[in-house]
Amino acid sequence: MRMRPETEEELAEAIRGAAGPLAVRGGGTRAIAVAGEELSLAGMSGISLYEPGALTLVAGAGTPLAEVEAALAAEGQRLAFEPMDHRGLMGTAGAPTLGALFAANISGPRRIQAGAARDFLLGVRFVDGAGRMVKNGGRVMKNVTGYDLVKLMAGAHGTLGVLSEVALKVLPRPETEASLRVAVPDAGAAVRLMSQALGSPFDVTGAAYDPAVGAVLLRVEGFAASVAYRLGRLEALLVGAGENVRLEGEASAAVWRGIRDVEAFHGRTGDVWRISCKPSEAPEVAARIEAEALLFDWGGGLIWALAAPGTDLRERAGRYDGHATLVRAEPETVERLGRFQPQPAPLAALAAGLRAKFDPRGILNPRLMG
Amino acid sequence: MQMPQPDPAILGRKARLVARLSQVLPEAALIQDPSQTRAYECDALTAYRCAPLLVVLPASTEEVAAVLRICHEEGVPVVPRGSGTSLAGGALPTADSVVLGVARMNAVLEVDFDNRFIRVQSGRTNLSVTGAVEEEGFFYAPDPSSQLACAIAGNVAMNSGGAHCLKYGVTTNNLMGVTMVLMDGTVVEIGGAHLDAGGLDLLGVICGSEGQLGVVTEATLRILHKPEGARPVLMGFDSSEVAGACVSDIIKAGVLPVAIEFMDRPCIRACEAFAHAGYPDCEALLIVEVEGSEAEIAQQLGLIEAIARRHGPVEFREARDPEEAGRIWLGRKSAFGAMGQINDYMCLDGTIPVSALPMVLRRIGELSQDYGLEVANVFHAGDGNMHPLILFDANTPGQLEQCEALGAAILKLCVEAGGCLTGEHGVGIEKRDLMLHQYSRGDLEAQLDVKDVFDPLWLLNPAKVFPLEVTASRRLGRLAAE
Repeated sequence: MRMRPETEEELAEAIRGAAGPLAVRGGGTRAIAVAGEELSLAGMSGISLYEPGALTLVAGAGTPLAEVEAALAAEGQRLAFEPMDHRGLMGTAGAPTLGALFAANISGPRRIQAGAARDFLLGVRFVDGAGRMVKNGGRVMKNVTGYDLVKLMAGAHGTLGVLSEVALKVLPRPETEASLRVAVPDAGAAVRLMSQALGSPFDVTGAAYDPAVGAVLLRVEGFAASVAYRLGRLEALLVGAGENVRLEGEASAAVWRGIRDVEAFHGRTGDVWRISCKPSEAPEVAARIEAEALLFDWGGGLIWALAAPGTDLRERAGRYDGHATLVRAEPETVERLGRFQPQPAPLAALAAGLRAKFDPRGILNPRLMG
Repeated sequence: MQMPQPDPAILGRKARLVARLSQVLPEAALIQDPSQTRAYECDALTAYRCAPLLVVLPASTEEVAAVLRICHEEGVPVVPRGSGTSLAGGALPTADSVVLGVARMNAVLEVDFDNRFIRVQSGRTNLSVTGAVEEEGFFYAPDPSSQLACAIAGNVAMNSGGAHCLKYGVTTNNLMGVTMVLMDGTVVEIGGAHLDAGGLDLLGVICGSEGQLGVVTEATLRILHKPEGARPVLMGFDSSEVAGACVSDIIKAGVLPVAIEFMDRPCIRACEAFAHAGYPDCEALLIVEVEGSEAEIAQQLGLIEAIARRHGPVEFREARDPEEAGRIWLGRKSAFGAMGQINDYMCLDGTIPVSALPMVLRRIGELSQDYGLEVANVFHAGDGNMHPLILFDANTPGQLEQCEALGAAILKLCVEAGGCLTGEHGVGIEKRDLMLHQYSRGDLEAQLDVKDVFDPLWLLNPAKVFPLEVTASRRLGRLAAE
């Protein structure tokens, strides 16, 4: 049976009345196969407040992302954290929803400059595993009133509570963008070059390396004159680094959509891993995991890896500053390796303690996060 | 404002506590003489004072862990303290508490320009973090007005902001990792030199938890390269409402300045007398700062000027040189100090939606008249973070109480306008009793649940953030269990 509440009260009743595990579902584009009765948020949809002059938007958790992006585009604004669209990578249909985006803290290439999804989440309403309706945060830019459960809910993947409403910060869409494609011989050179660009004053909003192309991509955004100026300065800074190609406007946007959605892996079989690491460690980590394909984003701080089914990349990666998430694999592999990297005992104990408080029956997306 | 009565049983155990703590701390790190503990009786919210039982000044994570383990075993409340610059009473002790100051832990542990982070001990001051990286052209972005003195430990505890967080975010957006000691002495490492710490976002919860979940001893902070240049512009308006409308238009136009600061006439006059920044004498002043190359600055200021001109400014002036820019900012950053020279004041910190600025400013003016106390406004207009300063005379009986009543009325107004009680200073004791105006009991219960997990005995900074009656059963449960 599928539950589809349309109000927060109905959501709370559904959770209170649940006899067993619930699989919390937005648009289903990330194919998170969790055992349990499906709890769809599709009925809790719609933008309830949008103030372009205050850079804030409030909407139901089930609101399709496309609806939000269309409303923002009409006012020349956007979601600055550049959320990825998982459909191509996961081979799914459906429509990504706003709540799921924040529940999974999904950020794209601009995360290195603008921040993560969680950095743009101003307030939440949620229902926890006991059926409590809770508000935290608000709809203002700065808010330190009490504990920040907003952050706790962002990235909790629905395991501590089911979001019913989110308030977020949006930003103006820049006039234009342009990118520089610089040929590099290997990952080591790529990360050094990206560090140089990200450590410059030129406000780089994207720094990725595609080994299949053998090139680093650097993006700047803003007013046209400023973009042209900064791209020129970056070229001068990186002179001699390799052969440069400029990509302007839509050509630049298209190539960053490809990086955001990991298009390099589309249509290819195998497990997909996502490794967050210290950028300078990325080349070594990447070498150790012996992946079939790689894509480096976030200046090297994010490694996308395609691996033979069932491979334990965490074991291959060994010790490094970071963690690895299994994004796509057969259920058996997910069951065996876990979607998320196991945490050190004291952190795992705190997480278990929070779960015991917020989901005492262990019914919300059980075992998804451990 | 009330604090819990000290527990006589704890007061009676002082000698034993001293004996145990002196086994894990050098002599100089343990302060028990009442003439010396008095230096820790308050923070920057000086209206409330209480000397603690003891003060400890550990020098390492290990010493912090040892101290907390002992206090945990002895059932003694601990009040963590950074530099004591809290305007909300976050570091106010009770007579039966141990103040744990991190001031001696001020080392830089690692600077990594390639990976753009710095790791410091938490007692290091905010400005000296930038000091450690600026030779290479880098800086640490959050810049509270107290940045010369305030410690990173306090910044993390209060999720501090600053004038430039419109572009760069507040502490939580620039914090990559912490080493933290739980009340039972357990040391946890969260996050690090990578983005998005694994598992639940505990880093996000700890930041802004006002020292109630653990004592942060080390922090990994994001550093950025400085922009090529920056320039502030001054705009004067003959009404606060027009200035507020101008702010909203600038934001809507797609220009994103790094800072938009607002001052009203009483504040302008005080700051001018103090810093001689050349502020015009008008109803409302905006300081807008943009960054970039010379040409980029010129373009952005051109757009901003066009918007401002539509609102008929009485003055529009760009800083001609770095010296003038510095003076413009000095005036703003010394606003609290300048007001303090002419009056006692209470500084509020409510945040409102930017669109509500004109209405809220008008209502504050009306409330000011109703209560018979002058209010000077200085705030971060770009993100709606207001700092109304209520002027009063502490020596006139009843004025402090009148001032607090006006403060509460203004903060309730902020909440009604869709905002919150505090944008960057924290709740502490100051706004503790107003929490039920913003959150329901159930909303607060969810927050208390988090503290239960990190600090089941409710020993860390227990009398802060939440109304005492809301936390009574938990705090008294601890006493009953003894």
